[in-house]
Amino acid sequence: MTAVITTRGLVKRFGRLRAVDGIDLDVRTGDIYGFLGANGSGKTTTVRMLLGLVLPTSGEIELLGGRMPRAGRRVLPRVGALIEGPAHYGHLSGRENLALLDAAGPGGSWRTRRRRIDEVLEQVGLAGVGRRPVKAYSLGMRQRLGLAGALLRRPELLVLDEPTNGLDPQGITEVRELLLDLHRGGTTVFLSSHLLAEVEQLCSRVGVLDRGRLVLQDELATLTAPTGATVVHTPTPDRVRATLDGRVTAVDGQRVVVLGADPAEVNARLVSAGIAVNGLALERPTLEEVVLAATGTSTDRVDARP
Amino acid sequence: MIAVELRKMFRRPRTWATIAVLNALPVLVAVLLVVTDLAPRPGEGPPFLSAVLSNGALYPLAALAIVLPLFLPIAVAVIAGDSVAGEAQAGTLRYLLARPAGRTRLLVAKLIAVLAFVLVTVLVVAGVGYVVGATLFEAQPAVGTSVSGTSLTAQELGVRTLLAIGYVAVSMLGVAAFALFFSTLTDSPLGATMGALAVLVTSSLLFTLDAASPIAPYLPTRYWLAFVDFFRDPILWRDITRGLALQGVYVGVLLAAAWANFTTKDVTS
Repeated sequence: MTAVITTRGLVKRFGRLRAVDGIDLDVRTGDIYGFLGANGSGKTTTVRMLLGLVLPTSGEIELLGGRMPRAGRRVLPRVGALIEGPAHYGHLSGRENLALLDAAGPGGSWRTRRRRIDEVLEQVGLAGVGRRPVKAYSLGMRQRLGLAGALLRRPELLVLDEPTNGLDPQGITEVRELLLDLHRGGTTVFLSSHLLAEVEQLCSRVGVLDRGRLVLQDELATLTAPTGATVVHTPTPDRVRATLDGRVTAVDGQRVVVLGADPAEVNARLVSAGIAVNGLALERPTLEEVVLAATGTSTDRVDARP
Repeated sequence: MIAVELRKMFRRPRTWATIAVLNALPVLVAVLLVVTDLAPRPGEGPPFLSAVLSNGALYPLAALAIVLPLFLPIAVAVIAGDSVAGEAQAGTLRYLLARPAGRTRLLVAKLIAVLAFVLVTVLVVAGVGYVVGATLFEAQPAVGTSVSGTSLTAQELGVRTLLAIGYVAVSMLGVAAFALFFSTLTDSPLGATMGALAVLVTSSLLFTLDAASPIAPYLPTRYWLAFVDFFRDPILWRDITRGLALQGVYVGVLLAAAWANFTTKDVTS
């Protein structure tokens, strides 16, 4: 697998604050990479550095095989981006906005422009929007138009910062389907978000940022791999404890955690002892638990120094 | 990229509203002059205005002289101050740069768009002035009178009018350079516009102060009214060339500073 985004020792300092503090990202072709982090953890600064908007204090960025920000003119036309919410010229129509954006840089031929705009508007569900100026759009429509702008040149890499912001539940589902569809077509997706559920549903790899440091980067399947314990739901937790002597590690109401990676074996022993079992599953950590274990307190929180 | 910027600017209703407002004042002055028949005495009021009652062909110049001290610089400062900071405030700057438009290319395109605005504005003011002058006053297109009192042929008058329009455009380019530079410093278009206007107000104020006479030749507004010198006989080139050189230096230095700042700045808007 080839690397799509690689950073080495990436640092950005704003005055005395180290907003991004030596991160080594590794995003490969075909990934849907979830870039998680609380507000203020340095996600947006990192995304802006990837796209050449913010210049790193030190460290290297390689984007689609080119060193950023120098290679921007060569590689950025192959990247579609949605950065911190959409932005458009309010007095112009959505179509006109897309045409202007496409004409503003290299890699978008004017011959195919009309057709490409029709296609992406169809894709994001704005085909019938007509000549209305963007200032009359709802937040969800603007978000869709921003996504359309990112898709305009069939990019190899999509860098999306909070793409479902402002969308209603149906809209979120639509965008998720669209991203999965594009991914099947070979697009690599770099998704920056603070919504754990969104990342858990979509992503194949996850990186977690905490106070400017990358505290975790791995396959989602590895992070949420079974822990080697089985979760039993039973109306009589005390009898489970008595039967499986010493193997019970935790009891929480009717939920009992039992050591042992084979639910069938646990079930057989409980049933043979005549204990009712309502539910049985391998214990897996949720992404939330993994992330909370890896990060500290919220970065919005500002405690007094002792 | 340049075409994109021009399209953006001239498709914006605000651009045309600004130009329309700019033309309202000379038209109002012309109407008042016709109704009252009270022209300012020679040497008083804006240049050329005393002469327009007898010769409407001079009204384009009178119109430029009316808008030059205040209205034209304000309009230019608004448009140029908005050029980069306005995109930053709307958030479209990050999408343009990630597209990638290229920072130098974007700045050059913005500059050319502002230049186009200056030219269009000056030409429209002169054009409306011509129409007003020809319809409201007794135009004598065959001959004109120079400021020195000699008469000019229609051809001479036309050429000199074009030269004067060009000179005014260059003076406004200086204003645009200030506003564009400030526009790369801040994310607030209003701040950039105000910064440029503050420079002009300071300059005009110092110009009237005797104690500031040592620096007077270097004030950006010092030679603005030198376009009148095109209508002396013979043309008095001294202030005109100095004005052009001074604006050239200001434009060069400010654009270099704007470029240096914009190409190395973190875009966090």
